Amino acid sequence: MLRSLVRLQSHVRKPLGKVCQGSQAPLYSTAASERRKFYQDVSISQGEGGVFEINLDRRKLKTPGGKLFTVPNEALAIAVATEWDAQRDTLKFYSMHLTTLCNTALDNPTERNKDQMISAALKFLETDTVCYRVDEPHALVELQRNEWDPVLHWIENRYNTKDTFRQHLKSYNFWSLTGLEFVITQLKSVVLSLAMIDTHLSVEQAVLLSRLEEEYQIQSWGNVEWAHDYDTYELRARTAAGVLFVHLSSESSTVKRKLMQD
Amino acid sequence: MSPPLRVCRGILKELRASMGQSYRQSLAYNYVLDQFRKNKVTGDRYCRAQQEAHHDSHTYLCLLTATRHHLALHQLYHGKGERSIEQAADMVGLRLPTQPGGKGWEK
Repeated sequence: MLRSLVRLQSHVRKPLGKVCQGSQAPLYSTAASERRKFYQDVSISQGEGGVFEINLDRRKLKTPGGKLFTVPNEALAIAVATEWDAQRDTLKFYSMHLTTLCNTALDNPTERNKDQMISAALKFLETDTVCYRVDEPHALVELQRNEWDPVLHWIENRYNTKDTFRQHLKSYNFWSLTGLEFVITQLKSVVLSLAMIDTHLSVEQAVLLSRLEEEYQIQSWGNVEWAHDYDTYELRARTAAGVLFVHLSSESSTVKRKLMQD
Repeated sequence: MSPPLRVCRGILKELRASMGQSYRQSLAYNYVLDQFRKNKVTGDRYCRAQQEAHHDSHTYLCLLTATRHHLALHQLYHGKGERSIEQAADMVGLRLPTQPGGKGWEK
C-alpha cells in the first residue's frame, strides 16, 4: 500500500508540474516532450465563481506556473478534458493545444496586458502576409492577386480604418486576445486570422491562404509528406485550436449559448 | 463547409478514434450530441448564432482530424528521436567507411 502510494507520488511529480506539488518551480515543457500517463479518469467540476476545473482521477489539474487550472465555461472545460482523455500511454503535450492556450492565459508568462497585446496585433498588421506580394513568377503573382485580394477587400469593408480595428479588439477579453495572438503568429497574418474568427473563412481556407507560396511551390516541385503534410496538419491543428479558444472564451459565445437554451 | 450532420458524424468518429470504444461515455460525446440537437435547423431563417455554432463545430472537427494526422506523421517520421549516423547515411544511399584494422586500430 505504502509502496504504491510512493510510486503514485513519483508519477505525479514527474509530469512537468502540470499537476503541481505546491512549491515546485514552474517547469515549461519543450515542444516534443512526453510523459507517462498517470491517471485513468478525467472529469470536470464547477468551482467557486462558476469557473470550471479539470480533475485527473481525484487530483485537480494545475498550470505549469502552479495555479489552479480553471476555465470560464463548460464547453472549453469539456474540450480540454477531451484532450487529456485522448492521451494513451504517454502524454503528448505538443498535441494538446487548447490546454496549452489555457495555461498561457492563466499564467501569462510574458506578463503583458490587454493594451500591449492589441498594439502588438496592430503592429503585426503592417507586415501582414497578404500585403506582401511577389513580382515574379507571373503565375504566383496572379495567384496571390486572385486569392488574397478578396480577403483584403472584405477586411477593408468591415473594419475600414485602424482605429475601428483597435476599437473592435478592445471588445475582446484577455483570453480571447491570447487566442487571437496565437492564431496571428501561426498564420503570420492578422487579416486571415480576423477573417477566420469572424467566420468568413474556414480553418482549411485560412491555412491554405497563409501557405499560398508554399502550395504554389509544391505544385511545381512536388509534395514531401514528412515536411509539407506534417506542417500543414500541425498548422491546421494549432489554428483551429486558437480560433476555437477565441470563440469559446469570448463573451458572445456565452450569450449565444444562453439564447440557444431558451 | 460541409452540412451540420456530416460535421457531427465526423466529430463523433474522431472521438471514437482517439478514445476507443468508451467514447460514448465521454463528456464530449454527450455535449456534442446535445449541441447539435439544440441547433437543429427549424426553418430557412438566417440565424447568426446557428451559423457561428456551425463554424465552431467545423473548426472542432478540423482540430481533431488535423491533430490525428499530425500525430500519425509525427510518429512515423519524428517519433523515434534522432537517427544514428549509419541510418542517416543509409537514407541518402551512403555507407560509412569501414576501418581496416577494426575499431580502435589507430591507438
